[in-house]
Amino acid sequence: MNTIVDVASAEMSTGVPLSERGPAPARVVAAFGFWLFLLSDIIIFSALFAAYAVLGGQTNGGPSAIELFDKRQVVLETGCLLASSFTCGMMMIATDRREAALTYLWALVTAALGIVFLCLEFSEFARMVHQGAGPTRSAFLSAFFTLVGTHGAHVTAGIAWLTIMTAQVGTLGFRPMVIRRIVCFSLFWHALDIVWIGVFTVVYLGAYS
Amino acid sequence: MFGKLTMEAIPINQPIPLATVCVLIVGIVGILTIVTWKGWWPYLWREWITSTDHKRIGVMYVILALVMLLRGFADAIMMRAQLALAAGHAAGYLPPEHYNQIFSAHGTIMIFFVGMAFVIGLMNFVLPLQLGVRDVAFPVLNSVGFWLTAAGVLLVNVSLGVGEFARTGWLAYPPLSEVAYSPGVGVDYYLWSLQISGLGTLLSGINLTTTILKLRAPGMSYGRMPVFCWTALAANLLIIAAFPILTATFAMLLLDRYLGFHFFTNDGGGNPMMYINLIWGWGHPEVYILVLPAFGVFSEVIATFSGKPLFGYRSMVMATMAICILSFMVWLHHFFTMGAGANVNAFFGIATMIIAVPTGVKVFNWLFTMYGGSIRFTAPVHWAIGFIVTFVIGGMTGVLMAIPPADFVLHNSLFLIAHFHNVIIGGVIFGAMAGYTYWFPKAFGFKLHEGLGKAVFWCWFVGFYLAFMPLYALGLMGATRRMQHYADPAWQPLMIVALGGAVIILIGILLTVVQLVVSIRSREQRRDLTGDPWNGRTLEWSISSPPPAWNFALLPTVGGPDTFWNLKRHPAPPGTAPALVSLVIPKHSALGFFVAFFAVILGFSLIWHIWWLAIVGLLGAIAVSLRHAWQAELEDSVSVATIADHERAHQSQVARS
Amino acid sequence: MNKTSARFGVLRACAAFGLLDGCSYGVMNPKGPVAANERVILFDATAIMLSVVIPVIVCTLAFAWWFRARNRRAERRPDWEYSGRIEFVTWSIPAMIVLFLGGMTWIGSHDLDPRMALKSDVTPVEIEVVSLDWKWLFIYPQEQIATVNELVIPVNTPVHFKLTSGSVMNSFFVPQLGSQIYTMAGMTTQLNLLASTVGTYGGLSAQFSGDGFSDMRFDVRAMPEEEYRAWLTSSRAGTEHLDAVRYAKLAAPSLHDEPATFGRVTTGLFNSIVHSHGAPIGSSPTSALADGKSL
Repeated sequence: MNTIVDVASAEMSTGVPLSERGPAPARVVAAFGFWLFLLSDIIIFSALFAAYAVLGGQTNGGPSAIELFDKRQVVLETGCLLASSFTCGMMMIATDRREAALTYLWALVTAALGIVFLCLEFSEFARMVHQGAGPTRSAFLSAFFTLVGTHGAHVTAGIAWLTIMTAQVGTLGFRPMVIRRIVCFSLFWHALDIVWIGVFTVVYLGAYS
Repeated sequence: MFGKLTMEAIPINQPIPLATVCVLIVGIVGILTIVTWKGWWPYLWREWITSTDHKRIGVMYVILALVMLLRGFADAIMMRAQLALAAGHAAGYLPPEHYNQIFSAHGTIMIFFVGMAFVIGLMNFVLPLQLGVRDVAFPVLNSVGFWLTAAGVLLVNVSLGVGEFARTGWLAYPPLSEVAYSPGVGVDYYLWSLQISGLGTLLSGINLTTTILKLRAPGMSYGRMPVFCWTALAANLLIIAAFPILTATFAMLLLDRYLGFHFFTNDGGGNPMMYINLIWGWGHPEVYILVLPAFGVFSEVIATFSGKPLFGYRSMVMATMAICILSFMVWLHHFFTMGAGANVNAFFGIATMIIAVPTGVKVFNWLFTMYGGSIRFTAPVHWAIGFIVTFVIGGMTGVLMAIPPADFVLHNSLFLIAHFHNVIIGGVIFGAMAGYTYWFPKAFGFKLHEGLGKAVFWCWFVGFYLAFMPLYALGLMGATRRMQHYADPAWQPLMIVALGGAVIILIGILLTVVQLVVSIRSREQRRDLTGDPWNGRTLEWSISSPPPAWNFALLPTVGGPDTFWNLKRHPAPPGTAPALVSLVIPKHSALGFFVAFFAVILGFSLIWHIWWLAIVGLLGAIAVSLRHAWQAELEDSVSVATIADHERAHQSQVARS
Repeated sequence: MNKTSARFGVLRACAAFGLLDGCSYGVMNPKGPVAANERVILFDATAIMLSVVIPVIVCTLAFAWWFRARNRRAERRPDWEYSGRIEFVTWSIPAMIVLFLGGMTWIGSHDLDPRMALKSDVTPVEIEVVSLDWKWLFIYPQEQIATVNELVIPVNTPVHFKLTSGSVMNSFFVPQLGSQIYTMAGMTTQLNLLASTVGTYGGLSAQFSGDGFSDMRFDVRAMPEEEYRAWLTSSRAGTEHLDAVRYAKLAAPSLHDEPATFGRVTTGLFNSIVHSHGAPIGSSPTSALADGKSL
């Protein structure tokens, strides 16, 4: 992270515009950079959404969306993710208060909810493949598996990251570097939730319109 | 065990790749031997390979670009020679299987590994210096970004000796690039190498955007930033917005090729048109990523060597940001002939022309910067004037092709080739060379040989016109691009002239190497002792050449644009500067090098379907990242004494000159 | 110095233009109304833009030369960095040019839309085009014949093309007759052209399609009506029959295909080619669906 002398703290409310206060502090810089990364990630998802929109009707004589999707499962998945966003927020509060035990607890619950989400999604994929509706069956299915699967891959990476962060809290404590990373993780986790809202709407709700 | 890799992958019976690979191996082994024998490894490892200093990383990017320019240009000369020979019934010396790889490699290398590497290198080196800060926002990530780019370069070059490269053109349109029509490893080399280096580029975009928006010297509001910083900001915003499209599109093509998906296949409901839309959704912003920093370089060069502030600062900024936004609204002009219909075609044609407005404004502002100035005709100014003349011609042919019915007869012809080389060479290459010459003394403490620099310019300038004006004519005569031979012998004289032009450019490139060698050997005669060899206007010229690792002992307080110029005219009274304090600078880090090392293993094994090795590569990259994650000490401190010594030495040299 | 070489470059371009009149092949030598109109657009747009580009180049060289450091006669204005009036002009000039060219774009795109039928009293000839590796197949559905690498059309008669590809993307292009259009598997594109002079014109593919790409040449022979009728009659007498089996053989990759004629073509062959999405006819699962996308 950048190591500039923190000029900003010296003149917090002197009426100097933010753009003229000199280099920003490290936690601002880290979070901003991570936001930019998240924006780029959302653009990847946009391209996948675009592909899904274009290819959604190309079933190649195979099954279509409405024949394949299980409403109940989707509602459960959504519930898990939304709940995990809440528990992630609880984890952030615990981190803010430097409470290690609560941090571990909420991290565990968040990860568990994420794992349940992944299991549900994996079972959905396995069922579809078993039915002959795998990603190679048609362009629609290629787009579906890729869009939803990419989101799932991000959730998987997020759970791995959460595990690492928990280990870092355990071994390095709540030092500024670790706190910055946990902040970035929570941004990531909430962003995944937002992407899921998009997936849920375009893919699953879209099938019924 | 080795997937698809067999001994047949090595081109034993293809003389040209074989000879090239042998020469390359001898050269590389030779360099490694010299470095080992002279004991330079510890220095190189500590000061360059694991450096997190933006100045070092910037220099390495530029070195990478110049080396790849040699490779990309070798491809160009081979293509021109083939076309000079293959008229009528003559077949030339390059069969289609090789010719098609050569033009694909030429485009890929020139855009990604020469153009992008050069502008990213210049931006890396210059931005913190112009912004008055000590480094970029994420120094370790900077190193990772560079080494991932180098990993992509390595993979593309390995394809020369092991396997083959893509035979699809530099954008690999499906269905030709799908497994059904390109079953070999060529397209996989292309895709994996660009996915890896694309990640590096994205990291760079995030890094430099954060730097410009969050790390500037106190007092430097947006309106007081040098124009180069504005163009860099626009370019890096474009990187963040556009490169993910490339990543996603290539990922979809990879899924088609590896797992039998149907995004872009002919069968299964795939849609190749969607690839074309997506890839140009990246591709058009890409060319602005290349050219906007070049525009920034010219703004700096013209203002400095005219001894005047840049004319119309505010409209330059507005024009830059307008170009940034508009570049996302024109992508369809790359395929008017795909049959979108008159309304859609006309919309995109008009949008394309609208971009010409802010570009034109910039040209006029440069002209009026020169007006009333006192112009010194240094080598960078040669590049700048050559650029204005050449770029407006290229822009004109571009606007011409933006009219759909005109494009209907010019699309994919040699006229198109001439147009984009016109703007890329005239804009990006000329800008890169100007920036290279202009900032070289800052990086290394001595100027490049001026006479040779002008000779390099003239070779490029004359060579460019000789090489590409015939191509405009040939395009109008019905010659299409990517031809390996042609039927009409009347075209041959023009092809030969074009080859002549390419040879003149080659001389220019070789002279660049000569210039470097001569300049290094006679560097004492051209030492930059003051840090301000050009009587510059911006902050990078206020510190020593080369700058210390920490750039600025004290961050400057900025009161207006052209800070250094104002400082020279109204110097601060002595004794008013605050006291020096000790500083921290980023530690060097091997993360970038090792992540890239494992990325090469991962890429190579995925290309050849060696799955166990791919897992090794992936796990290795994760392992080194985890190790870095536990690194608690990321900074070194610099004592007041060291800083004071450097400042004293610099001041005494300034006083002496 | 700078001046000479830049002017040299511009002159060279003009000379190249001048060389083009007598050449056999190109856009500059139109033999049909579509190409002729497109050439007019090329000339007009270039002339409009040169009216700005040439003064800009001259000013660049003139300013650079006049304000060189050693010129003692030049009046220096070292702090001059803004002028509202000049800004107004520098935004207006490109804007006006763009406005003008934009109008040209809108009108030209509509008038020369490849899908638009040409104004003529004569009934159009229908031709179906299939790009293959690495040759061109032309099917005459009204006449039930087909040719490979040779396109014969009556002069002064509008020709309506429906195009598709039997493999990868290509682009059907006859420079002297006008616009090109992409050919894509599973879809049809459309093009309307007319030859106004008797003659033979070169055709090619303008979208790279693989190792045999450079050989995808064909001749377009525009002949008087009676000759065309005679050619049709003699073609129908040919013994070769283009059916699905023969097409599958034809679709296999080949180079240097000599022009050939088929005296009979199975009805609906073109549609089955479109529906096969580039695969051998009848083998693709989509052949049962009528979803050949039309553009």
